[in-house]
Amino acid sequence: MPVTGYELSHLEMLEAEAIHIFREVAAEFERPALLFSGGKDSIVMLRVAEKAFWPAKLPFPLLHIDTGHNFPEVLAFRDHRSAELGARLVVGSVQTAIDAGELTEDTRPGASRNQLQTPVLLDTIAENRFDAVFGGARRDEEKARAKERVYSFRDEFGQWDPKNQRPELWSLYNGRHRPGEHIRVFPLSNWTELDIWRYIAQERLEIPSIYYAHSRDVIERDGMLLAVTPLTPPRAGEIALPRQIRYRTVGDITCTGAVESTAATVEEVIAEVAATRITERGATRADDRVSEAAMEDRKREGYF
Amino acid sequence: MTELLRVATAGSVDDGKSTLIGRLLYDTKSLFSDQLAAVERTSRERGDGYVDLALLTDGLRAEREQGITIDVAYRYFATPRRSFILADTPGHVQYTRNMVTGASTADLALLLVDARKGVLEQTRRHAFLASLLRVPHMVLCVNKMDLVDFDREVFEKIKEDFRRFATKLEIVDVTTIPISALSGDNVVSRSPSTPWYDGSSLLHHLEELHIASDRNLIDVRFPVQWVVRPRTDELHDYRGYAGQVAGGVLKPGDDVIVLPSGLSTRVAGIDSFDGPISEAFPPMSVTVRLEDDLDVSRGDMIARPNNQPTVGQDLQLMVSWMADAPLRRRARIGIKHTTRSVRAMVTDVSYRVDIDTLHRDESVETLGLNDIGRIALRTTSPLCYDPYRRNRTTGSVLLIDESTGATLGAGMIL
Repeated sequence: MPVTGYELSHLEMLEAEAIHIFREVAAEFERPALLFSGGKDSIVMLRVAEKAFWPAKLPFPLLHIDTGHNFPEVLAFRDHRSAELGARLVVGSVQTAIDAGELTEDTRPGASRNQLQTPVLLDTIAENRFDAVFGGARRDEEKARAKERVYSFRDEFGQWDPKNQRPELWSLYNGRHRPGEHIRVFPLSNWTELDIWRYIAQERLEIPSIYYAHSRDVIERDGMLLAVTPLTPPRAGEIALPRQIRYRTVGDITCTGAVESTAATVEEVIAEVAATRITERGATRADDRVSEAAMEDRKREGYF
Repeated sequence: MTELLRVATAGSVDDGKSTLIGRLLYDTKSLFSDQLAAVERTSRERGDGYVDLALLTDGLRAEREQGITIDVAYRYFATPRRSFILADTPGHVQYTRNMVTGASTADLALLLVDARKGVLEQTRRHAFLASLLRVPHMVLCVNKMDLVDFDREVFEKIKEDFRRFATKLEIVDVTTIPISALSGDNVVSRSPSTPWYDGSSLLHHLEELHIASDRNLIDVRFPVQWVVRPRTDELHDYRGYAGQVAGGVLKPGDDVIVLPSGLSTRVAGIDSFDGPISEAFPPMSVTVRLEDDLDVSRGDMIARPNNQPTVGQDLQLMVSWMADAPLRRRARIGIKHTTRSVRAMVTDVSYRVDIDTLHRDESVETLGLNDIGRIALRTTSPLCYDPYRRNRTTGSVLLIDESTGATLGAGMIL
């Protein structure tokens, strides 16, 4: 709280805005769910949601789409945090869909299950009849996201139509939708990567260990550092070397790169993020490197 | 403590807007090397003769292909003193609705004029929309000063032209700054090329501008958004009213009235996850407990007994119409006002404003896409509202198509 005057810090303003969005959706939608991956943005989003409804519990379940290629530290964190909140966790599994023959996996080298998340997400939304799904996406992450509304409408195929978005004015959100349609809601739209880290520090939020510097065997591929795991073994000619690294983003193991870092505390991460000259996705996400409009194309198909 | 400032800008590539945004991002270290490399690569592939910084914000495939800005883009930059959210919108008349959207939440409107061209129709349009949306501060950047040899006369003439136009609008605070976005004069630091200019650089002005008193801290307005009922053994009787303070300062012990029912009670306490709150003010999101067990639900408004909003069903509005199908008298539409949704009928279309000349055309019977005009509405049940000029939150409404759910327009209560 401010000591003098009726002023709020920029983090307090962003938090107040996000709380308002959570409450609007809870009030106007029948069956919301919150996408919780155990990544830093969803951890921050979950804390804001907790504040929005306190002292009551969250009025909606958590939802995770598990590619089967997630970092074990992150899955453990996801389960621990949902249990702590007493929240229901719904998991949509890409592996189960592959095993059941509903999806065919691209097994060529370099392929990831990123694309396969979309149909599993859409099926899970349909099965649970979710009409609003909170996501932790931020507008500073990517160009297509910079143009996406806080309430992002999806048709019955889960598609985003960037040319046909509703104007979004003041803090008046229009949640009208028809049966079968749903919205993705991004309460952290106006937060930056640095805001996320400052909030983690301010709230003393626990986050998975892989966000802090640790030693890991990595290979360098296409200018990115990839962890050596059973899913990502070194290819011919590649040499695995131990390095001090941390993850700036946490996604699928097969397409999330690490950055060299010595940042072992939240304060050191904040200093590093403030000084970095490369965007979070540019540094670490092979899935965004496909083309200039890779994110827009995936979002049109129903991606997060 | 860093504060947040929301800036809206509008304009075309020609007046140097993208260059200015690029420079603000670059000089505050908010532009990343991989973003810049991607822009350089695309400019080269398209065969542009220069690095087109508009590509930083033009993220959609259609925009990149056509080389135009379609929508509102949000950009973020920060200095040690403030964090900035910049709503960047195209300036052409066909994007009026986008400009209105960007201006709706802005603390400051940033206008650009080319020093060689002076105040144009587009500048006047942006100024009018910013004043209509009651953006509290405005900065007029006279850009490309390097192309007029930093001539003071040129600057003073543009400043005077704009001042004369602005007297017709309700603009409270205008600052005019001579800049060159391309060479950086007066953008981040004061330029030696304009010794005759004794004001601040643009960034310094954005950092130092006093915004705390822009909010209404007088009239207590608390739209109830959500009723918090934990339904647990230890909190069996807890009943809290969650919402975002829309005006005034609310304190425990305050006498309050719940509208539209008119029931009186007192604030028992103001709760938050982080502990009890002694004073709640805009835009805080809090939970209010009341002393008496009243029937209070979403859509109700909490105010002070001696300072109440208007409770009524007949509204006079200035609207920005955003739909292809025209707005007509007797149309039935949906209204969202604070946390209350009602239906309404359009009882009158009074006039359309020509946003370039400010002329009022009273002969019109409808408002078309991107038109601004005055209408009257009657709602099916009462709203608790204030004039928009008094409170941007309790004075604004969305107009909604009841059958498709589409947002048709934005209304500002007179």
